[in-house]
Amino acid sequence: MAVVVADWLKRAADSDIWWSFKSSPLTIAATAVTLLIVALAFLSPVLAPHTPFDPATLSLSDGLRPPALLSADGDWTYPLGTDEQGRDVLSSIMYGTRLSLVVGLASVVVAMLLGITLGLVSGYFGGTIDAVIMRIADVQLTFPAILVALLIDGIVRSVISVKRHDEIALFVIVGAIGLSFWVQYARTVRGSVMVEKNKEYVQAARVIGLSPPLIMVRHVLPNVTGPVLVIATINLGLAIITEATLSFLGVGLPPTEPSLGTLIRLGNEVLQSGDWWITVFPGVTLAALVLAVNLLGDWLRDALNPKLR
Amino acid sequence: MLAFILRRLLQSIAVLLTVGLVAFALFRYVGDPINAMVGQDTSMEERETLREKLGLNDPAPIQFLVFIGNAARGKFGLSYRTSEPVGRMILERVPATLELSICAALFALLVGVPMGVYTGLYPRHWLSQLFQAVSLIGISLPTFLIGILLILIFAVWLRLLPSFGRGETVDLGWWTTNFLTWKGIQALILPSITLGLFQLTLLMRLVRSEMLEVMRTDYIKFARARGLTNRAINFGHALKNTLVPVITVAGLQLGAIIAFAIVTETVFAWPGVGQLFIQSVQFADIPVMAAYLLLIGLLFVLINLTVDLLYFAVDPRLRGQGMARPAGH
Repeated sequence: MAVVVADWLKRAADSDIWWSFKSSPLTIAATAVTLLIVALAFLSPVLAPHTPFDPATLSLSDGLRPPALLSADGDWTYPLGTDEQGRDVLSSIMYGTRLSLVVGLASVVVAMLLGITLGLVSGYFGGTIDAVIMRIADVQLTFPAILVALLIDGIVRSVISVKRHDEIALFVIVGAIGLSFWVQYARTVRGSVMVEKNKEYVQAARVIGLSPPLIMVRHVLPNVTGPVLVIATINLGLAIITEATLSFLGVGLPPTEPSLGTLIRLGNEVLQSGDWWITVFPGVTLAALVLAVNLLGDWLRDALNPKLR
Repeated sequence: MLAFILRRLLQSIAVLLTVGLVAFALFRYVGDPINAMVGQDTSMEERETLREKLGLNDPAPIQFLVFIGNAARGKFGLSYRTSEPVGRMILERVPATLELSICAALFALLVGVPMGVYTGLYPRHWLSQLFQAVSLIGISLPTFLIGILLILIFAVWLRLLPSFGRGETVDLGWWTTNFLTWKGIQALILPSITLGLFQLTLLMRLVRSEMLEVMRTDYIKFARARGLTNRAINFGHALKNTLVPVITVAGLQLGAIIAFAIVTETVFAWPGVGQLFIQSVQFADIPVMAAYLLLIGLLFVLINLTVDLLYFAVDPRLRGQGMARPAGH
């Protein structure tokens, strides 16, 4: 066992990807920032100094405290200050980042599953079904993803009542973003599948008499995952931004379980009175997260596929 | 070329039909037009008569044609939220969105292209590095965050510019404009920068990479050998040849600007069509959503079509190929 692990480590250390990672300080910094934010977010129940969404722990007298560095008494109970309801900004950001990450990752997974399935079907079978799927993709590509997501969200809102909407807002927003990002995966997978399906191993699988779904998933899919992973990393930043934008517009996650976007929206409402920290700190966190994830995505694209550079 | 244009036209019509179908399905099946028109105490019989009278019992294809016919004449029914005619609500807000979008597009073009030329000509200069760094931030920061930061700095801290609304507008009868009053122009500055910044960085990066490519070509070397001035080479020879992709991207981005006006209008409480759309999504105001969808669909299709045609007009090489083929038949 130990030999296997050691061998695997040695091979990883010799690989091109590790070399390209080591020789790019920017990528290492981006990884560090990403890991730090992810760790703080997912450990928020343990690490966060306060539980911002438990009304019992809040007191209005602690409302609108400026960040500790700026406050006169040097009180470090609230390092980044509090909002108008006395919630600790740092803790809100940690919990909010967790939600933003969960929504971002989940919607990328939804888009990926949908796109891969449609792309596989489209490329493997061709013909009418291919034409239909690709024309739908064309029409959707005419519009920016955020518009599609807004529309899906609006339709769901009108089908179910607004009250129930808050309870399932998380699923609605994941679905809306997922549905608005599938096209890129479908097109990429379709292209690769059309190349792969004429190769000998697929013909061999067909001759043995395997069913098309089995061939697609077990034999073709593993050979087309590279580009899909690259798109997924690049889209993660985009999905996080889209979620934040929808939440900021007031059609995303409700104030009872705020993501970074919701926090920025709530802070924006009191921005005019000069209480900048409620907005700026979640904003900086969002920007740092997206920038780091984007840099990682760019690096992964270059490392996995030098042709794309 | 004719075949190309025809294929493009057919594709545009297909897109419009699909958008029309979605809008119709929204209008007819997601929202219930009857519920929006009558009170709670209307009896089932009365509802049924109204249903019959409005043609809601007709076969779906006929209803679809009627819907499209009405839409073409600007009739989208009444808003669920305000009970006003949707067509008029949208028309009232079109000037605000268009003026904002045009200012944003001009800002992106007039600042982005020169920045791109500069960074393309002097890639090692510190100013170019600074532009590059700024453009990375411009691409990573979401639009609404840029807007909030601008408001915080220029409206809240420095108190130089207004942060919400259109300021003073002049009513020209069928159009309200910001351009004729000082306050109106001031109110345009921050939203235009917010909306145009992403497109600015996009154009800058595009022009930069095109310039870097063109400056390596032989005809630039030849122009230098002929002893032309730097100015003539940079602008007359190099920039001119980078313009084809720039026009395409700039044109396509105009659609994106109008779509992203939704976000900017919300940040700056700008009374445009985008703000109306967000309100209608929040209140599940189906007629407004359907009308906005049709309008934006038409706009996108028109923009895409124009850009395709412009491509032919700008690039003589394409035109030459296009002309040669029909002549051969």
